Amino acid sequence: MREITYAQAISEAIAEEMRLDENVILLGEDVGILGGNFRTTTGLYEEFGEERVLDTPISEAGIVGCALGLAIRGMRPIAEIMFGDFLCLAMDQIVNQVAKIRYMSGGRIRVPLVIRTNIGAGRSSAAQHSQSLHSWFLHTPGIESVMPSSPYEVKGLLKSAIRDDNPVVVFEHKMLYNKKGEVPEKECLIPIGISEVKREGGDVTIVATSSMVGESLELAIQLEKEGISIEVIDLRSLVPMDEETIINSVRKTGRLVLVDEGVTRGGITAEIATMVMEKAFDCLNAPIERVGNENTPIPFSPVLERYVIPNREKIEKAVRKAIK
Amino acid sequence: MDNSVLIDMLKKMVTIRYFEESIYDVYTRGLMPGLAHLYIGEEAIAVGVCENLKRDDLITSTHRGHGHLIAKGGDLNKMMAEVIGKETGYCKGKGGSMHIADPDLGIIGANGIVAGSIPIAAGLGLASKIKNDGRVIVCFFGEGASNQGAFHEGINMGSLWNLPIVYVCENNLYGISVHQSRAQKIKDVAVRAKSYDIPGEVVDGNDVLAVYDAAKIAVERAKEGLGPTFIECKTYRWGGHHVGDPGTAYRAKEEVDMWKDKCPIKRFKSLLIKERVLSEPEIERLEEKVKKDVDVAVTFAKESPYPLPEEALEDIII
Repeated sequence: MREITYAQAISEAIAEEMRLDENVILLGEDVGILGGNFRTTTGLYEEFGEERVLDTPISEAGIVGCALGLAIRGMRPIAEIMFGDFLCLAMDQIVNQVAKIRYMSGGRIRVPLVIRTNIGAGRSSAAQHSQSLHSWFLHTPGIESVMPSSPYEVKGLLKSAIRDDNPVVVFEHKMLYNKKGEVPEKECLIPIGISEVKREGGDVTIVATSSMVGESLELAIQLEKEGISIEVIDLRSLVPMDEETIINSVRKTGRLVLVDEGVTRGGITAEIATMVMEKAFDCLNAPIERVGNENTPIPFSPVLERYVIPNREKIEKAVRKAIK
Repeated sequence: MDNSVLIDMLKKMVTIRYFEESIYDVYTRGLMPGLAHLYIGEEAIAVGVCENLKRDDLITSTHRGHGHLIAKGGDLNKMMAEVIGKETGYCKGKGGSMHIADPDLGIIGANGIVAGSIPIAAGLGLASKIKNDGRVIVCFFGEGASNQGAFHEGINMGSLWNLPIVYVCENNLYGISVHQSRAQKIKDVAVRAKSYDIPGEVVDGNDVLAVYDAAKIAVERAKEGLGPTFIECKTYRWGGHHVGDPGTAYRAKEEVDMWKDKCPIKRFKSLLIKERVLSEPEIERLEEKVKKDVDVAVTFAKESPYPLPEEALEDIII
């Protein structure tokens, strides 16, 4: 199968949906002439013109609010927020407006809107350009959220997000943008709300998000040589969450390691751990292990940065603890 | 101007007044949960502006939104039912006073966040431009909203992209308890239009015809593709911020009385009598009719059932 980068998969997904539906438009900072700060929208401005690919002022609340207005009018806007950290500037629009309008209106107004943004440290971009803020959105009913782990996932999930009648935040990963992976040339749609077992195993389950899926898969291959059999689940969607796939796996292995790049405290891993305790406590043979970011901002120096973010070694340590 | 338009405007202003007075009554008798932000004293603005709009033109509103909704043709029964949390309300009881929406009438919803709708209006207007459908957006907000970042982000986009939007600033002088002079140095919010290179006009917000005329020009400009206009309407909130706030701790009685003397309805009635558009008895009959319509809405709302509690889990992805 052909291989393309994560960034190419994004622009391909958007282009395909824009060709299919003239209501799909893209807006954000530098998404037009430049083709996106991370080159995720390359070629779109040239193909669809400035009417459908809008370079906006540096106004995150304006971008999301504007996208919301477009969605209310029956269009399908994709709003790009260049760095996940900048979501903070648009939080009123996201939390109080986008997430609420369908509910507040008693279902009379639908909001088919996508917010594309990213997470991830690892580029020495320091505290305001490296955060992974996806878990905040678990706490805001009314928004779906996905975390694509590969070029294939980002294409399939983004296309589904564009077709969804609810607001969806797509959390891409900055360190994945240049990674290549197999993406079929035929139609590629991945349903939101379904996790995928990426590798079957019997001794321990790892549920991972975003770039941590790849790390976990590498680890599984490595530990197989020692006879440790790891089942790796790509969570894919935070909301709605595929509880069944996780529970089924834990019933099989009895051991669970949760891996996510966000700050560990109050994050998605805490939510999954609680869910498993509520629904499958009886089949746990060991305490649940969590691997995530230290509870600090992301520091600048590579030495410090590496120390606080999760990596394969930290996952391995957690796996060994879980199976002990 | 056609007499029927004048009469319709008076009718709508009187309807807003009685609707709000009925809400005061319903609220103080403990029948309405939450908060009631009344529009009494500001009726000329909503009516003067919306009289220029067609059914498919759009408005965004504020926490003090009942007047805008009525002026845009909102159904009194559904409004009153929503305000007291009933199943038959516009939003089946999920929105309440601050979030009433009727997309069929172009009412995109009241909004509980000050300035929250200004960026949304940019998107509504951008959709008009892309679809080239001639629909105009009126974005209502207060002077307090002009100190929010969203105000500037939203209007900058409206101006930059030449969108068909009319920004209507209802300057009622108070953000809850804080007088405008204690929140911004400028006296006329409309001067801020200059920084977006769009026309900014100050009008007497208690003069429905002055508002109508200003809005007419703005709506025509918008339809002609000439971009947004900013209209600041000077007015006054007769009551407190909401029904539970008497509004006396931060305002002198003389100030309130002075503005009550400038009552937009009293003023418009005198004009219509003077111009022989309506006689006093005709106005009385009009008022009686309006009172009856509002009373019917109150009865409808009271007699309507509450939603089933588990409906709280509908209209949302769980």
